[in-house]
Amino acid sequence: MNIVVCVKQVPDTETRIRFGPDGRWIDESGVTFVVSPYDEFAVEEGIRIREARGGEVTVVGAGPERVGQALRTCLAMGVDRAIHIKDDAIERADSLTIARALATAIKAIPFDLILMGKYGVGTDNGQVGPMLALLLDIPQVCAVAKIEIGERVVTAHREIEGAIEIVEAPLPALLTAEKGLNEPRYPSLKGIMAAKKKPIDVRDLSFLGISLPAPGSQPIRWQKLEAPPGRGEGKIFRGDPGESAREVVRLLREEAKVI
Amino acid sequence: MPGAVLVFAEQRGGVLKRSSLEALSEGRRTADRLGRLLVALIAGDGIGRLADQAVAFGPDRLLLIDSPLLAAYSTEGYAAALGQAITHASAEIVLLACTAMGRDLAPRVAARFGAGLATDCVALMTEGGVFRARRPVYSGKAYATVEFSGSLAMATLRPNVFPAQERPPAACEIVRLELELPESAIRARVVRTELAEKKEIDVADASIIVSGGRGLKDPANFSLIRELAEALGGAVGASRAVVDAGWIEHAHQVGQTGKVVAPALYIACGISGAIQHLAGMSTSKVIVAINKDPDAPIFRAATYGIVGDLFAVIPKMIEEIRRLKAE
Repeated sequence: MNIVVCVKQVPDTETRIRFGPDGRWIDESGVTFVVSPYDEFAVEEGIRIREARGGEVTVVGAGPERVGQALRTCLAMGVDRAIHIKDDAIERADSLTIARALATAIKAIPFDLILMGKYGVGTDNGQVGPMLALLLDIPQVCAVAKIEIGERVVTAHREIEGAIEIVEAPLPALLTAEKGLNEPRYPSLKGIMAAKKKPIDVRDLSFLGISLPAPGSQPIRWQKLEAPPGRGEGKIFRGDPGESAREVVRLLREEAKVI
Repeated sequence: MPGAVLVFAEQRGGVLKRSSLEALSEGRRTADRLGRLLVALIAGDGIGRLADQAVAFGPDRLLLIDSPLLAAYSTEGYAAALGQAITHASAEIVLLACTAMGRDLAPRVAARFGAGLATDCVALMTEGGVFRARRPVYSGKAYATVEFSGSLAMATLRPNVFPAQERPPAACEIVRLELELPESAIRARVVRTELAEKKEIDVADASIIVSGGRGLKDPANFSLIRELAEALGGAVGASRAVVDAGWIEHAHQVGQTGKVVAPALYIACGISGAIQHLAGMSTSKVIVAINKDPDAPIFRAATYGIVGDLFAVIPKMIEEIRRLKAE
């Protein structure tokens, strides 16, 4: 069973966001980068499936030099090998361009299953998975919290509004991970040492035979970033709990008109 | 003729999603501002009877793709249907609700058409005839305005943000299309659907959510949250801390690694308001915070805040709500 896990390196979720000089991207100076939390579930699941069934897990990430650290973390968790699509601008490209780069790199290796997080925190797009599945012409199941591998078939549990869908797909297939899929392991000291000897294949875009679209011809791009709209001052009650409760219920009915 | 605005009107089990009616309404407003036709698509099995309900929200044309192959949702089946509708309508803009289905379907279709896709949008703009969208990024710590190039722009709309608005009766052309897809093209199939326990309202669908956090002190005290939610006809939500602690299932979690919600009313009880929780609920219309710590960050997001012991406050609220409802 050959498994490919796509990971994105993202600003730590506790990061304070400051805007860069062009107002279209964040200022990355001083930002701590981590493997996107949902991608960690995908890495963990890939390793567990390999532990149960054998085979190899390859992790693929796209972005500048620093993405090498994210890949090293995955290798330390137990992934066998890594591919780094190295480009300084690709993180700012649209999802379809990123999916194309991943598709080109992945087509060169054998795979039965592709895993990744349901979205990369930060840009919060949630697009690369289904786009990659389309480009590779394989079925997809998004946001899965349980995976069972059968004979050339995968069964996945996917949470929808008010229900769980149990979806069956022939392999190869692409699944995106939801929280609850597993509890990702921390890299052990032994894993960290072993990771230093594992290969990271670095590929630039010209090697893959692709180029980034000019900013003006990307199908979508960020025009500007802004601080979230303020909510205005709230009314805070500090007095007797019973009084406060009654007053807030009255305001919900008469002022906000929501109950 | 310039291309149409196409809205995918999602149905599950023969019921049109409320968030799709919101998308249809926003589609109508967008089409009016740009001077375009509004086309709606309903795909499914035996969906003809949903036509009247969709027509009430003002499409100029309604496409129906009715096929037994679409009885259950499948990415490939529904992507084929939406693709046919895009071509039939010569769509320039496609809108979907940002639901489990919309999140699964939209990127696959966007990739097929080479379209730009903006997910989870909270505003659509058409300044000077140029279509743009606004969406929260970095878990709501910033908002990005996105612009499109190319012949097709797609967007999924965050539920409960855009007002649903019925229109006075007007002419609507109804067109039935045959699904052009062999059965074998649907590879990933739903083999079973398990309904959530006890028919609880899902936080993703709810217009009122009452959430509990660590301040509840004990998992058993979630009964208080359930009671308040029940009194209001709302859903039960939870912070990450209590989900991680195993007090309640992950389906209830609101926040960055849970669900992003925007109900009309969100009541946070004993939740301090970590960034990752605020990310999931800060676009709610009205937020009530109940917490005994006056410095809890949740109060900065609150429309109404009560600094006090939730065990004293919530029973009084329940009592007061029941009294008002009985009137």
